[in-house]
Amino acid sequence: MSVTGPRLEPTLFERSSPGRGDGKIPHPPKDALERIPAEALRTTPAALPELNEPEVVRHYVNLSQLNFAVDTGFYPLGSCTMKFNPKLNEWAARLPGFAGLHPLAPDEAAQGTLQLLWELEEALAEISGMTAVTLQPAAGAQGELTGILMIRAYHRSRGDTERSEVLVPDSSHGTNPATASMAGYRTVTIPSAPDGGVDVDAFRAALGPRTAAVMITNPSTLGLFERHIGELLDAVHEAGALAYMDGANLNAILGRFKPGEAGFDVMHFNVHKTFSTPHGGGGPGAGPVGVGEALLPFLPHPRVLREDDGTYRLETEDERPTSIGRLRSFVGNTGVLVRAYAYIRAHGAAGLREVSDDAVLAANYLKSRLAGSYDLPYDRPCKHEFVASAHTLKKQTGVRTLDIAKRLIDYGFHPPTIYFPLIVDEGMLIEPTETESLETLDAFADALIAIADEARSTPALVKEAPHTTPVRRLDEATAARHPNLRWKGMTGRLMPCPD
Amino acid sequence: MPYGPHTPGDRDRMLAAIGIGSVDELFADIPERLRASGLDLPPPEPELTLANRLQELAARNRTDVSSFIGAGVYRHWSPPAVDQLLLRGEWYTAYTPYQPEVSQGTLQSIYEYESLIAELVGLDVVSASHYDGATATAEAGLMTCRATRRERVLVSRAVHPHYRQTLATYFAGGLELDEIPMVADGPSAGTTDLDALGTMLADPGRPVAGVIAGQPNFYGLLEPMAAIGELAHAAGALFVAVVEPVSLAVLEPPGAYGADIAAGEGQPLGIPPQYGGPYLGILASTDALVRQIPGRLVGMTTDVDGKRAFVMTMRAREQDIRRDKAASNICTNQALLALAASIYLAVIGPHGLRDVAASGAARASELEAALAAAGARRLHPGPYLNEFAVVVPDARVVHRRLLQRGILAGLALADIEPGDAALADALLVCATEVTTSDEIAQFAAALGEELGERMDRVGTVAEVLP
Repeated sequence: MSVTGPRLEPTLFERSSPGRGDGKIPHPPKDALERIPAEALRTTPAALPELNEPEVVRHYVNLSQLNFAVDTGFYPLGSCTMKFNPKLNEWAARLPGFAGLHPLAPDEAAQGTLQLLWELEEALAEISGMTAVTLQPAAGAQGELTGILMIRAYHRSRGDTERSEVLVPDSSHGTNPATASMAGYRTVTIPSAPDGGVDVDAFRAALGPRTAAVMITNPSTLGLFERHIGELLDAVHEAGALAYMDGANLNAILGRFKPGEAGFDVMHFNVHKTFSTPHGGGGPGAGPVGVGEALLPFLPHPRVLREDDGTYRLETEDERPTSIGRLRSFVGNTGVLVRAYAYIRAHGAAGLREVSDDAVLAANYLKSRLAGSYDLPYDRPCKHEFVASAHTLKKQTGVRTLDIAKRLIDYGFHPPTIYFPLIVDEGMLIEPTETESLETLDAFADALIAIADEARSTPALVKEAPHTTPVRRLDEATAARHPNLRWKGMTGRLMPCPD
Repeated sequence: MPYGPHTPGDRDRMLAAIGIGSVDELFADIPERLRASGLDLPPPEPELTLANRLQELAARNRTDVSSFIGAGVYRHWSPPAVDQLLLRGEWYTAYTPYQPEVSQGTLQSIYEYESLIAELVGLDVVSASHYDGATATAEAGLMTCRATRRERVLVSRAVHPHYRQTLATYFAGGLELDEIPMVADGPSAGTTDLDALGTMLADPGRPVAGVIAGQPNFYGLLEPMAAIGELAHAAGALFVAVVEPVSLAVLEPPGAYGADIAAGEGQPLGIPPQYGGPYLGILASTDALVRQIPGRLVGMTTDVDGKRAFVMTMRAREQDIRRDKAASNICTNQALLALAASIYLAVIGPHGLRDVAASGAARASELEAALAAAGARRLHPGPYLNEFAVVVPDARVVHRRLLQRGILAGLALADIEPGDAALADALLVCATEVTTSDEIAQFAAALGEELGERMDRVGTVAEVLP
């Protein structure tokens, strides 16, 4: 198969031409590898493409232009907090003193970064009301694993080995049950009540001596604050279990609600959501975890410590035997954490509170604009995101949420998260964030309302969308049934090495 | 708020449309007794002030040194094209390509990443991507358990200590992890002990799911990978190779010596050290394991008009679809770093990558000779690529003193393996294409002086060199 459409790009492998590309580093002496035993050496060279820099640059610039991104337009992807990524932070992370620092450099050579990390831990502890924070987890899901493994270690340290279950609401992120399984627990799913909150009676009935932990996202993935959270947390602790908060939706409650104060024992932060570090096309993130007193001894190794003389150091390898250990190599995704630090310093307390206020205001405004055009299954103020549904529209017109999402692309918007949470029929989870102007919010609402009208007047236009993209709807079934996961066919085309 | 667009008038219009008087009303559902007590943070800083603060912090790190440290993270020349392309907002401000029609750039770049890494490792299925080499190795260990329905994994003690510790953490949920000892002395000292491995695999009551070994191993030594793989397979276990991608330009790839899974740290492919991350976890497997591999896979397909296109595929392995039955909980991964690695490989090319690997070997030979002349001989005798351990009495102290002289003399192995007496007096050092002859000469001279001073104090060489 070859490229068949305008704006599409051949692959690197199709662009390769033997003999292209050189001049990046000096050639090594010919005998450089003579001391390596022949049986360890590669006999067939890797068939990597041979390209020159100008065509590589054009390839990646042209490919980039096939992407929708926060920098190109409104990206209301619910649960992902696609806010503006400040450019200062990209500059900061690339400062040679930060970017060039080896992770095993001695503490005395790393004082600037260690101070930054320590101050960031302090700030996150203050924001969350937690006692201490580890910055090690590489992403939110790894933060969840960190939290659940600490909870496991806590129960074991008390000789309590019968607890085998983790309770998870049915509206939760898929990472919650997947994490419970990775940590060796069985997931018990708790249904939601009609108001969108956790069904308190079902929750109480499921709690017991087998419950190790409860994982709650608050505000929930429906964008709703868990009104009975105090009651739920009391019940968890009465049962001897601990409460984990999925902090994915922290952008709604900065300065308004501190999970640690409210009684959560542990939570993770998604710095690529709340604290504006770029999503990178799928990552990197960072998933710091805050804990209360109960889990303090079990924090992953190593922690960043501040000495009485004002210097900073990492814990040594053998310093704290109660730790659950290491979740990854080295300290953490420090380059991401530099950006998060810059974001928090740029805002201060008042700024962060305003972030949440404006994010919540924008979501409620958009929600109010869509009333009448879409179903709004939960009739109460939302937080930073809300669920709309095309349930009625689909019954009337046959147009599904998927079609509406694709049609939004023609209007120049990234679609919201669709068919999540799983408990809302034809749902779309819309999160505008605080960095979008009123003009943008209005244009998006106008587009969604126009699409609802199109669904009635010209449904085929919506069902066949998008119409303006370089490719249209894809054959995903064939992709899964006959997977083609890599380019083949370059082998043997390489030039001999120029000596 | 520095990045917020709303004027007071905008907010008033929104409040009016919602039909409320104040934004506080939108938070009325937070129970009164649970509302935040306050928020106490340093005051907000204007961009200029903050930029100065960040520059001061960065300047407090010492990156002006001649560095010989590797230990899993390597300095390389990254052509400026790599970072300049990464700075395009279309790449770094997008997210997971859930909507393929507006994500073909990211999707094609991931497919190309899969293809490039597949060529390097000699295996057909490449997941895009994992957090770092340690977590990719841990996921590989979990994969072997799922695929064989066994619950015990053996990891060589010569695999990076952080990787072994991460494996132990990931296995805490109920799986068994045992360490294969290293050969203590003789020509194979510092490599995986094949006799011990054979014995461990022979335990009939505790069948082994997977065997994990590194090439080069943590001490820079070349392992008998084919022999390790044969032993593993003979016992019905899978074989996981932990690899360093630049070395694969010259070393036999995992696919060629029978590895079922390759895991490794992609940082050397154009990614700066940045004190621990973000890096790139490489994870690849044979076709036979495609349903067991965790993480994102992108495949080639067509659209309704027959145009070639790329899409996330085999999603039934992933947490947002399968929830508690998923292959892993991984969601956000290291896509931007996979892109960096791809751009690096595209710009540097196959011959350039071979030159990078071979130059490192050449510089390391030079370093070995210079350090030997200064009185520091190698700890292990076996072949290495570009990293090796040298015996230095009182290594930690010498290491600190050399830092004061502007030399980062590798890693004092006692810092990372404090329990291993054999490593108490050793430095792990490496060289790459960016290491200069001047740096090597300066390091050797300074080390010679340190060792000379110590010999003057102690008396004879024999007392200093164990």
